[in-house]
Amino acid sequence: MWFAALLVYLFLYLPLTVVVIYSFNDSRLNAEWVGFTWRWYEVLFQDEEMIQAAVNSILIAVGASFIATLLGTMAGIAIHRYKLKALPFLVITPVAMPEILLGVSLLLFFIQVLHLTLGLLSVLVAHITFCVGFVAIVVRARLAGMDESIFEAARDLGATPWQTFRLVTLPLILPAVIAGALMSFTLSIDDFVITFFTAGVGVSTLPLQIYSMIKIAVTPEVNAVSTLLMLVTLGMILLAARFDKTVLRGQE
Amino acid sequence: MNRERITRWLVSGPPFVFMVVFFVLPALIMVVASFRFPGEHGGLAPMFENGTWQFTLETYQFFFSDFIYTEIFLKSFLIAGLTTVICIAMAYPVALLITRVPKRFRDVMILLVVLPFASNFLIRVYAWMIILGPQSAFSIAINSVVTAFGFEPVTLLFSPFAVIVGMVYVHLPFMVLPLYTNLEKHDPILLDAAQDLGANAWKRFWKVTWPLSLPGVYAGSALVFIPVLGMFAVPDILGGTGDILIGNLIKEQFLGTRDWPFGSMLSIMLTLAVLAIAALAMRFSRKSLSYA
Repeated sequence: MWFAALLVYLFLYLPLTVVVIYSFNDSRLNAEWVGFTWRWYEVLFQDEEMIQAAVNSILIAVGASFIATLLGTMAGIAIHRYKLKALPFLVITPVAMPEILLGVSLLLFFIQVLHLTLGLLSVLVAHITFCVGFVAIVVRARLAGMDESIFEAARDLGATPWQTFRLVTLPLILPAVIAGALMSFTLSIDDFVITFFTAGVGVSTLPLQIYSMIKIAVTPEVNAVSTLLMLVTLGMILLAARFDKTVLRGQE
Repeated sequence: MNRERITRWLVSGPPFVFMVVFFVLPALIMVVASFRFPGEHGGLAPMFENGTWQFTLETYQFFFSDFIYTEIFLKSFLIAGLTTVICIAMAYPVALLITRVPKRFRDVMILLVVLPFASNFLIRVYAWMIILGPQSAFSIAINSVVTAFGFEPVTLLFSPFAVIVGMVYVHLPFMVLPLYTNLEKHDPILLDAAQDLGANAWKRFWKVTWPLSLPGVYAGSALVFIPVLGMFAVPDILGGTGDILIGNLIKEQFLGTRDWPFGSMLSIMLTLAVLAIAALAMRFSRKSLSYA
C-alpha cells in the first residue's frame, strides 16, 4: 500500500515538475535537456498579447471575485438563517454540472436574448455565476459552526438587523468571506471552459492564450507562463486556506 | 416583524435574482432552442414567421437517425467509466494510507493531493502533451521495450490512451477526498474483530473496508464521471482526430458549424445523462449506507 500510494504521489507531481524544468531549457523543443536559460521568461515578458491577456484575466478575476463574494455571502447567510430550499440548489448546481453546459447556455443567452457583443462583460458575468456557490458554501459552513445565542443577544440588546450584521456577524464570518473571495479569484483566473464560450473573438485571457499556444505552436514560453501562473494560484490557495480551512475540502 | 421580512428579502433577493437570470433562464432558453430551426447563416431561425410558430422535433430525430451520434455518446460513457475505475484504483491506496498515518501528517498528505489542483487545468493537460510526445524520454523508453519484443513502435500522444491518462490526472483528487472522508470514519475495531475471527488481510479488505467505503466510492465516482462526460478540452489537446466525445460535439455545434438547435439538443441530452447519474449515485450510496 505504501508503495502504491507513493507511485500515485509521483504520478501527481512528476508531470508538473517536467513543465517547470523545461521552462528553463535552452531549446525550442520540450524533449532533450540542453542547458539552463531565462530566455523563455524574457520572451514571455515581451509578448504583448500575453500581457494583455494577463491584464484581462486579472481585471475579470478582481471584478468577479468582488461581486461573487458579495452575492455569495448574502446567499450563505440566507441559506443558514432562513433555511431556504431553492437557493442552495440555485448556487450549487452550476458548479456540479459539466462546465460546458453553463458555457453554452450563457453563450446562447448573451447573444440571443441580451444581444450582447461577447467580451469582458460577458466573461465577468459568467465567472460570477460559478463563483457564488463556492463563497456561499464556505460562509454557510462558518455560520453553521457558530453559537446562535450571540445573534439573539445582539437583538435582545436592541441592535437593528444591520447593526447585528455589521458589529457581530461580519467580524465573525470575515475569515470565511476573505477565503471565499480568494477562492473566487483563483477559480476565475484559472477558468478555461466557460471563458472559452463567453469571451468571443476580441478578448483573450491567460488560459485562452495558453490554449491557443498549445493548439497552434508549442514553445517553452507556455512552460514559463504556466510556472508563473502556478506560483500565483498556489499562493492564493494557501492564503485562502490560512483564513478558512474548509477551502481545502471545499473543492468537494 | 415587518422589518425582519424586509431584511430577509434584502439578503436573499440579490443572489436569488442573479442566479435565476444567469443560470435558470439560460437553461430554459436552451431547452426552447433545441426545438427551433437553425438559422440560414448559423444561430437560430426566427421563432415566429409567416404567421405561425416555428418549432420542430427535427434535431431530436436527426440525433437518432444517424448512429454516429449515439456512438459518440456511448464512447463518452465508456471513457468516463474507465476514468472512474482507474481513479478508484489509484485513489484507494492513497486514501487508505492517509487514514493509517499519525494524525499530524494527515493534513499535509491531503494537501499534497489537492496541491496540483492549484495549477491551471490546461497546464496539467499540457504536461502530458510533453510526457507522451514522440521525442520524450518516456515515449522513447516505452518504444525501446516495444520494439525489443518485435512490435511496431507506438504513438502515445493523440490517442485514446492519452485522453484517459489526461482525464485521470485532472480528476484524481475528486476521488481521493470523498474516499478519505469516508475511510476516516471507519472504526478500526471492526478490522480487529475480523482478524480475531480469522480473516486474512485480503478478506478483511473485501468484507469490511470495501463495503463500508461504498458511499465514498459512489460520491467520488459521481464527481469524476460527471465532469469527464462533458469534457472537451482533454480530447481536444491529447486525443487524435477520431477521439471525439460529447463535449467536442457540443463545442463544434456552437463555435464551428454554428448549428445551435442541434448543439442545444446535445446539451440537453448531456444534462439528462448527468441528472440520471447523479440520481443513481445518490440512490446507491443511500442503499449502501442502510446496508452498512
